[in-house]
Amino acid sequence: MVKHSFIDQYSDRDSFIHKLDPRTKFVTTLLFILVVVLTPPNQWPAFALYLIIIAILILLSTVPIRYILKRSLVIMPFVVMIAIFIPFFKEGEVAGSYNIWLWQVSVTYSGLQVLINIVIKAWLSILSLIMLTSTTKLPHLLNGLEQLRMPRVMAMILSFMYRYLFVLVDEVMRMKQARDSRNFGGKRLWQIRTIGNMIGTLFIRSYERGERVYAAMVARGFDGQSRTLDRLNFRPADAYFGVGLSLILILVSVASLLY
Amino acid sequence: MEEIVKIDNLSFCYPDGQQALTNVCLAVRQGETVALIGPNGAGKSTLLLHLNGILRSNGVVKIFGRPIDDKSLRWVRSQVGLVFQNPDDQLFSPTVFDDVAFGLINMGYSEAEVREAVTRALDWVGMAGYEPRSPHHLSVGEKKRIAIATVLSMSPEILVIDEPTSNLDPGSKWSLIGLLKRLPMTKIVASHDLELVRALCPRAIIFDHGQVIADGATSQILTNISLLAAHGLAKMNR
Repeated sequence: MVKHSFIDQYSDRDSFIHKLDPRTKFVTTLLFILVVVLTPPNQWPAFALYLIIIAILILLSTVPIRYILKRSLVIMPFVVMIAIFIPFFKEGEVAGSYNIWLWQVSVTYSGLQVLINIVIKAWLSILSLIMLTSTTKLPHLLNGLEQLRMPRVMAMILSFMYRYLFVLVDEVMRMKQARDSRNFGGKRLWQIRTIGNMIGTLFIRSYERGERVYAAMVARGFDGQSRTLDRLNFRPADAYFGVGLSLILILVSVASLLY
Repeated sequence: MEEIVKIDNLSFCYPDGQQALTNVCLAVRQGETVALIGPNGAGKSTLLLHLNGILRSNGVVKIFGRPIDDKSLRWVRSQVGLVFQNPDDQLFSPTVFDDVAFGLINMGYSEAEVREAVTRALDWVGMAGYEPRSPHHLSVGEKKRIAIATVLSMSPEILVIDEPTSNLDPGSKWSLIGLLKRLPMTKIVASHDLELVRALCPRAIIFDHGQVIADGATSQILTNISLLAAHGLAKMNR
């Protein structure tokens, strides 16, 4: 058995942030992202303040900073991959032009600014999401989302994903071990075919597991309706935190407009 | 004593044409512990799925004399607790609490009742305090116990368990057998673990090719080596 817990690692710590109601955290995270995204591109002081806010929250949460930075770096390449072409297409003052084989490409200042802006905004948003997921246990977060009127079906899909992701990862690892212990190698085409077969097997196994899980649900009276107990409670600390952070964010974004 | 489960001429054919059960007749009285033994692919699991109406076919399965039909389905599922072989299928919720509470919530109990029943069921299987844990962080033995708790919480009259000791080391296996012995309700256990059968069940039914082959006292059935060997339950003598 392999143990993995990378989705909500550190979520069982006991800090002020961890103790907040998941709904408070979810709504403030959403607000944070909204404010960050809507801040005009040239408002550097505002972005600096956002970073300071996040840094303070991370310190309060006792989650290791290294861990959060590392995780954010995992996601950044995807952002960069999408945004990297913007400097080449945006029109404006040319910062430099290069000849690459047959094409002449030029990079513009305004394009570069957009790129940096996107990267910064994305990074701040990702940091806040990592904060959310590493200070909230996934079951609690799902419970909170449900009470915020997220459709129950979505909550169930996410909870099954959380539950079976690792079961599937274990299955893949066992299949890999079984394959490698039989001297996997040979021609590339043969390797690709083997991998294709493994993916097919995995799909069928997952499908069959789905049927067995459904039988287990039906056996305990599941009738398509799903019900949960409400287990969250909103404490005064949630109100202070939610209102306080929202006010700070709004203040920063308004002040940055005046600046 | 009252016949708690009565099966009359049950036959079942899977959609792909495979005949899984043929004219099965069976009666279990209240308080009995019955072993259903047979080789792989004998149809044991298919039979178990009929006991709380997950599969339904021509024959009549009666629980406390009441046939399983659309009207009685909800009641039947509260009476017959079915524990599946693979605890990873049985435990599908993000936390142990959610899993043990699942059946109770479906049955419409109040929050206080659900909490009380969950605590009681986990106590019963020796897993008190595991409520907030995530099933994928538990050992197989722990998962098996919690899988049993998920149906015990609904206080069923009949406990139906498929291969309770598969994948367990001998230590966990014997402690699970001890646990099952302490449970007072009627039990039907499908297994080909004969040590388990000998220790737990006074009555055994040999099941093969979708049919009841023999039904009697475990002490007699398990000493009939040629019968066991003919149905893949003992070493073949050549």
